[in-house]
Amino acid sequence: MVVCAGSQGVDDAPVRAHCVGMNAFDWARRSGGPPEILFDARGPLSAHLLDVLQRPVPESGEMLAALLPATEIALSQSVDVLRDDDIQLALFILYGLHYGQVLPADEDWEWNPSLITARLALEREFEKRLRSCVPMPALPEVDSDAVAGALFDLTAPDPGPSLSRYAAKRATPGQLLEFLVQRSIYTLKEADPHSWAIPRLTGRAKAAMVEIQADEYGGGLPERMHSTIFAGTMRHVGLDDRYGAYVDNVPALTLTSLNMMTMFGLNRRLRGAVAGHLAAFEMTSSIPNRLYGNGFRRLGYDTNVTWYFDEHVEADAVHEQIAGRDLAGSLAEDEPQLLSDIMFGASACLTIDGWVADDMLDAWSKGLSSLRVPLAVQSFATA
Amino acid sequence: MTSEQDPRPRAVIVACTDGPLLVRGEIDLISASGEAIPRTRKTVALCRCGVSTIKPFCDGSHKLVGFRTDPVPPADRKRDEGIVTGEEAPPDAERSGA
Ligand code: FES
Ligand SMILES: [Fe+2]
Ligand SMILES: [Fe+2]
Repeated sequence: MVVCAGSQGVDDAPVRAHCVGMNAFDWARRSGGPPEILFDARGPLSAHLLDVLQRPVPESGEMLAALLPATEIALSQSVDVLRDDDIQLALFILYGLHYGQVLPADEDWEWNPSLITARLALEREFEKRLRSCVPMPALPEVDSDAVAGALFDLTAPDPGPSLSRYAAKRATPGQLLEFLVQRSIYTLKEADPHSWAIPRLTGRAKAAMVEIQADEYGGGLPERMHSTIFAGTMRHVGLDDRYGAYVDNVPALTLTSLNMMTMFGLNRRLRGAVAGHLAAFEMTSSIPNRLYGNGFRRLGYDTNVTWYFDEHVEADAVHEQIAGRDLAGSLAEDEPQLLSDIMFGASACLTIDGWVADDMLDAWSKGLSSLRVPLAVQSFATA
Repeated sequence: MTSEQDPRPRAVIVACTDGPLLVRGEIDLISASGEAIPRTRKTVALCRCGVSTIKPFCDGSHKLVGFRTDPVPPADRKRDEGIVTGEEAPPDAERSGA
């Protein structure tokens, strides 16, 4: 664990405030303990970034100035940005300043020009690599029903090996715990990455996005927020539901999956990709979630654990229709130049999340953990 | 606002191609015996393929049985080929909630 270097004691307020900034200090005082970063660096760039962020903005000086060169070195030495632990963790941390809850840091860091410059350098290579790796589907006509049809074709159920079928029929309790841990990186922030795009869309596409996201956020009932329901699932199987508690455990590609959505959502020019991504995401959800729920039921878990999956069987059968026609389809009609990015975003979703699932199945089929750092506890809290 | 002043309908039902009926707006959803069917979201999808496991709502199963609403499916759609049914054919992209 990386703990703030200056936090020697609970009473040592000035030292801690000096070290991590007033916001983190206030947060720590409320929670009754020193602010803690729940994960470690994975290489020189993420180590450098964590070092910078543990200082208040005015005192970051030379370390901050050295961040862009460190970013350029990391990029030049990277074999594959999509599977690079150090680079993906660095992006995850930088995006975390916008999301909050990822790490304690001076809130003034959010729009710091040097951090934004580093982020843009990382995003440039990230997007370039995605565009070269992700298969580009044929483009449908610019017509909302044709776009929805093409997206449903692209995401059509496939009879091949599948993580959800494995979960339903064969996964061990430990493997289902790993599954929840892997999913928690996105799901504890469920819907937030795509929501960045709401003000970046207009008209029918915006209304469709809001219609979906309102349901993701519980339709006005905080206890029905999908991220909240998922946190309940984690607690009921004995996992830690604090955001970031399992960052160390997950492989780079799991961070890549979230980083990709965040990049699509935070860059207005990629609004086509975020719409396509959400459509593919929703279209590959209802049926697998029925199977994941079955996996937990097979092991004796009740609705406290399966609610999240059961909810998505019904919700995403609605969301996929809205996302296909009203979000992606309308966006293509209103801004035809975005059609290719809509299909790219959908294919990128299938590609990256397909790799994540393949890696998990591959590890489990060899009797190995799918995690970068296996969980200390390998069994469920209660059944 | 009364209905005379507002020309918009109380509810709109979208007949989704090869899929469910998407219902937006105020409707009373009741069982054959007249009891209210609990509705937990504003917009709902009603199954019209007959194979959903959560009827009257859609659960996406129409995609597994090759349900078609077009009288003549467009020739350029590959969805008519290789349809398999039931739990043997989940999507390969692994989603756990969206
Ligand atoms: S229409 Fe979707 S399951 Fe029947
Ligand atoms: Fe959801
Ligand atoms: Fe959804």
